Amino acid sequence: MKKIVFILTVLITLGIQAQTPEELGLQIAKAAEQADLGFNSSTVNLKMTLKNKNGQTSERSLTTKTLELTEDGDKSLIVFNSPKDVKGTSTLTFTHKVGSDDQWLFLPSIKRVKRISSNNKSGPFVGSEFAYEDLSSQEVEKYTYKFIEAKGSLVVVEQDPVDPKSGYTRRLVTYNKDKGYRFEKVEFYDRKNALLKTLLYSNYKTYKNKFWRAGTFTMKNHQSNKETILEFSDYNFDVDLSEEDFTQAALQRIGG
Amino acid sequence: MNKKIIFNGIILILFLSFNSLNAQDEEKKSNQDFELEIEAEYRYFYDDAAFNNQKQHFPSIAFTPEYSINWNKGYETLNVTGFFRLDVDDERTHWDIRELYYQKAKNKWELNIGLKKVYWGVAESNHLVDIINQTDAVESFDGEDKLGQPMVQFTYTTNKIGSFDFFYLPYHRKRTFSGEKGRLRFPLVIDKDDLTYESAAEEWRQDVAFRWKHYFGAFDVGLTHFYGNGREPLFTFDQLGNINAFYPVINQTGLDLQITHNAFLWKLESIYRSAKAQDFFAMVAGLEFTFSNIDGNGLDIGLLGEYLYDERDELALNALQNDVFFGSRIAFNDTQDTSILIGGISDLESSSKIFSIEATRRFGSSWTAEVEARIFSNIDVNEFILSNFREDSFLRFSISKYF
Repeated sequence: MKKIVFILTVLITLGIQAQTPEELGLQIAKAAEQADLGFNSSTVNLKMTLKNKNGQTSERSLTTKTLELTEDGDKSLIVFNSPKDVKGTSTLTFTHKVGSDDQWLFLPSIKRVKRISSNNKSGPFVGSEFAYEDLSSQEVEKYTYKFIEAKGSLVVVEQDPVDPKSGYTRRLVTYNKDKGYRFEKVEFYDRKNALLKTLLYSNYKTYKNKFWRAGTFTMKNHQSNKETILEFSDYNFDVDLSEEDFTQAALQRIGG
Repeated sequence: MNKKIIFNGIILILFLSFNSLNAQDEEKKSNQDFELEIEAEYRYFYDDAAFNNQKQHFPSIAFTPEYSINWNKGYETLNVTGFFRLDVDDERTHWDIRELYYQKAKNKWELNIGLKKVYWGVAESNHLVDIINQTDAVESFDGEDKLGQPMVQFTYTTNKIGSFDFFYLPYHRKRTFSGEKGRLRFPLVIDKDDLTYESAAEEWRQDVAFRWKHYFGAFDVGLTHFYGNGREPLFTFDQLGNINAFYPVINQTGLDLQITHNAFLWKLESIYRSAKAQDFFAMVAGLEFTFSNIDGNGLDIGLLGEYLYDERDELALNALQNDVFFGSRIAFNDTQDTSILIGGISDLESSSKIFSIEATRRFGSSWTAEVEARIFSNIDVNEFILSNFREDSFLRFSISKYF
């Protein structure tokens, strides 16, 4: 792994185009995936602030549990803590590297578990500027890649979603290759290839001396002028979760 | 409900909880949460009543307090949910312990002891397979409100062959019917205490249930069996026209299946119920298709279609013996979570139709408002059950505040 990074670094700094931009882009995406490998499981609390174009805000709070899997995509559990009328509403998602994800919704008022379609990738997550696909597990196989440019430690790669149901023609992702290939910025282009949204990552911290996690995501929609801010707190990488914590029984437990 | 069982149940659960609390010194950290919902409701039945003493205006208020505490990293929990409603109809004025249970999860298994609510099934217009809890019939028309059921539930989830649920249900709870002032009733006011049991053990008959649930690819499948006091009372008539209503001992096998394919959800629920007095088959089958994010702003429009069949014919308590349901679920996915559900059930053999609309929206961060309408249209006078409700179309408005 270190070797690949080294070669890449050399290639980029020397500006030698030994590879096509597509190969280089894919390599960078794989390097980013590799750098984040081995976190096993984590939990985090999340405050979501939605701002409309007049500056009025509303808030949601959630807890997310994630289980890293290598053969297939990650598993995750999300539970809402507020607003109070949706408290306990939770989702269980099995991400797949190829094909659509499996997803279940738990409705606490009638205690119903419902398998839901993961077809709606482009729709907004709970009224926010984040689409479902922006928040799902970032698997390398979900995009094709093209290296665009390198500026110092920053590397820009164009990512084209494989799934035709995606709301985007492309995303421009800015990686920081000196900081474990963490994301610094993502620009989203809509189906008409017009700039739709910009996502900025800030307040980064490292966990277990290896895993970079941003404390704040700021998503700005340039077309509607709305904004959503995600603030992460209480990251826990020592929870030691297993597959048994990501079952339908667990989904019902977390929602109460 | 019998006060003694509630009291004994509480003692048992508290005992179990404290035992566990003490045993877990190293995992002392516990999280508590209290929440209260207060709902003001107004129901207006705009047609003149079919029977004497029935009212038209029903202002009402309901309280739903919830408390939960978890410890042992969340693997042990005590959940409590109460409910109290004050209404014009004396029978709709009622209280209940919706939930009061201790839960422990460890690796592949989970144990629940106490009063709890369990939902089974996939369909929207009728909930056939769902049988663990008694319906709180005075609370809502759609049958989705349930009474807390005393149980011991043991769940075992395997890696490869799905999950297995075993239920021990030591006590049966009777269904409550509208009182004299209430709507949605029969000419004769049914007092729930007048209903008897087929079983000599009555409500203390020790009942059992089982569920297997699994998913593979696009398929989610559940197989269930219930053996015990039925949740629906059985009405029989003698030659003089006297009603004899009782809870039979039933065996009910259920199947629920959903296929989730792109924007399509294909659904099937079916049951076979056998009792000394009656054997029958019933099913509901249909689909749901969602056009998502239509306007690029999050608007989802779902279309629902279901066919309902019940071999009991006109004796089916919910009057859905050979009917079709069409509906639409509209979700705006805005910051207020605005959503609308519109539906209509039409009898294929008569003119009877029931239309409904339910709309909800949040205001601020702790208020919600709901509007509901149920309209009984062209109800056939020969409908054995439904004809009693032909004047009972209503509008319902409610506002909830969450603390």
